[in-house]
Amino acid sequence: MSMARNEGVLVRFVRTMGAVVIFFGRVLLQCGPALARPRLVIHQIYNAGSRSLIIIMLSGLFVGFVLGLQGFDLLQRFGSEDTLGVAAALGLLKELGPVVTALLFAGRAGTALTSEIGLMRATDQLTAMEMMAVDPLRHVAAPRFLGGVIAMPLLVAIFNIVGLFGAQLIGVQLMGVDAGAFWSQMQASVELSDVNEGIIKSVVFGFACSLMAVYQGYHAEPTAEGVGLATTRTVVSSSVLTLLLDYMLTAAFL
Amino acid sequence: MISSEATQSASPTAVGDVVADVCDVRYSVNGRAIFDGLNVRVRRGRITAIMGPSGTGKTTLLRLLTGQIRPDRGRVLLWGRDLATLGQSEIYALRKRMGMLFQNGALLTDLDVFENVAFPLREHTDLPEPLIRKLVLTKLHAVGLRGAASLAPSELSGGMARRVALARAIVMDPEILIYDEPFAGLDPISMGVILRLIREMNEGLGITSIVVSHDVQELATIAHDSYLLSGGRVVASGTPKELHESTADIVRQFMTGSPDGPVPFHYPAPDYREQLLGCDP
Repeated sequence: MSMARNEGVLVRFVRTMGAVVIFFGRVLLQCGPALARPRLVIHQIYNAGSRSLIIIMLSGLFVGFVLGLQGFDLLQRFGSEDTLGVAAALGLLKELGPVVTALLFAGRAGTALTSEIGLMRATDQLTAMEMMAVDPLRHVAAPRFLGGVIAMPLLVAIFNIVGLFGAQLIGVQLMGVDAGAFWSQMQASVELSDVNEGIIKSVVFGFACSLMAVYQGYHAEPTAEGVGLATTRTVVSSSVLTLLLDYMLTAAFL
Repeated sequence: MISSEATQSASPTAVGDVVADVCDVRYSVNGRAIFDGLNVRVRRGRITAIMGPSGTGKTTLLRLLTGQIRPDRGRVLLWGRDLATLGQSEIYALRKRMGMLFQNGALLTDLDVFENVAFPLREHTDLPEPLIRKLVLTKLHAVGLRGAASLAPSELSGGMARRVALARAIVMDPEILIYDEPFAGLDPISMGVILRLIREMNEGLGITSIVVSHDVQELATIAHDSYLLSGGRVVASGTPKELHESTADIVRQFMTGSPDGPVPFHYPAPDYREQLLGCDP
């Protein structure tokens, strides 16, 4: 009985994965035509990016504060508080920046994307486009997907800058770490490969979170409950996928 | 003469006159047959009414006619072409010759009224902006909403939204216009306006119209042909006058709005007395 149930869950999981991959392929095919009308894509970069700026900057600042406090406390025990800048920079660039931004993106922009597309489905807007011989994948899904993919690395960059500023505020201004040591150690120890790791992660997370958001919205049941459920699924699937991909990418880079 | 057989069309017609032909269609969802042996013919330049009680599959028939879904059996022909044999690009090519008015208007909420009407033109043509502007304003004027061009869909009443959707549906000068429940939830004035517009589109522009509705009285004033659906097939067809004069029970019940008849008032349930006095919940 339990085995049969597990098989059912497994079949559903494999079927869903297959549907996501096929949907991903169909959206990718429409990205070219969507880019031919950059106005739509730019509008979606604004929606996913600019409208997430405040939450990203606030979160970056607080994460930077925490990094400054915890890093100082830990490094002080070994008498190496001068390396706080390196610790904060590596932590933000390689891990916290991309991961926390992706989780916040899923909660803010991802849910907005899913509910918008889901409501378009529920109010027959997508069907109306199909009836006007306009492919909703090209006009609705692809620009939103591209908007998310382009916005994510930019948001990660902003998160990292604000986070470093926060860590510096705590470490240098509050705890008294030498400002010269803070920045020069960082400059000496952070390599281009560390920056690249963060950039690659942010791009991959951008793909994953945007795909999940657009997929869930596009396949939402056309009811209030269905749209709500799809929004929840976006947050859960994006978050889990982000953490899974983070582990895989980290393992690959080591 | 009224026909009560599913295999007959609303009235005798030449094949060349038929723009949409639903032939012996079966369509089911999760094993439950929505249609079984459905036959409907839509003739060029006429207003065809599809009527029937709620849940009989009127909107599903429209989805079949527009190639959104495919029948399990039978054929759906549009301008003589079997929709089941066409790919997406060919179906899209046919849809460019059609317009559809949705029950709720289905206006794109991120565009204003002007851009909603201009949407098909921008997507399918390379017309210069001044010409697009003229075309859009002409269509908006035809539905009496030229002055509402800059409003957002959220600022429109239900009747206005449907008129904007109608302007959008005709902006590409379609050969067929499909109306899905165009009168649902409208006040008498808005209903009268929509009725007049449907007639004008048909008489003035010669557009073939398919109107799905259960508003019998309203449809009777504009329709040339009528089909009454029930139980997954056409139970009666003819002119609205013929349907009104029918003595068939199902037609009488529908046309007079009787609460009980072949379509029962009560959903199937156990015996009332037994359920009230017995212990079962």
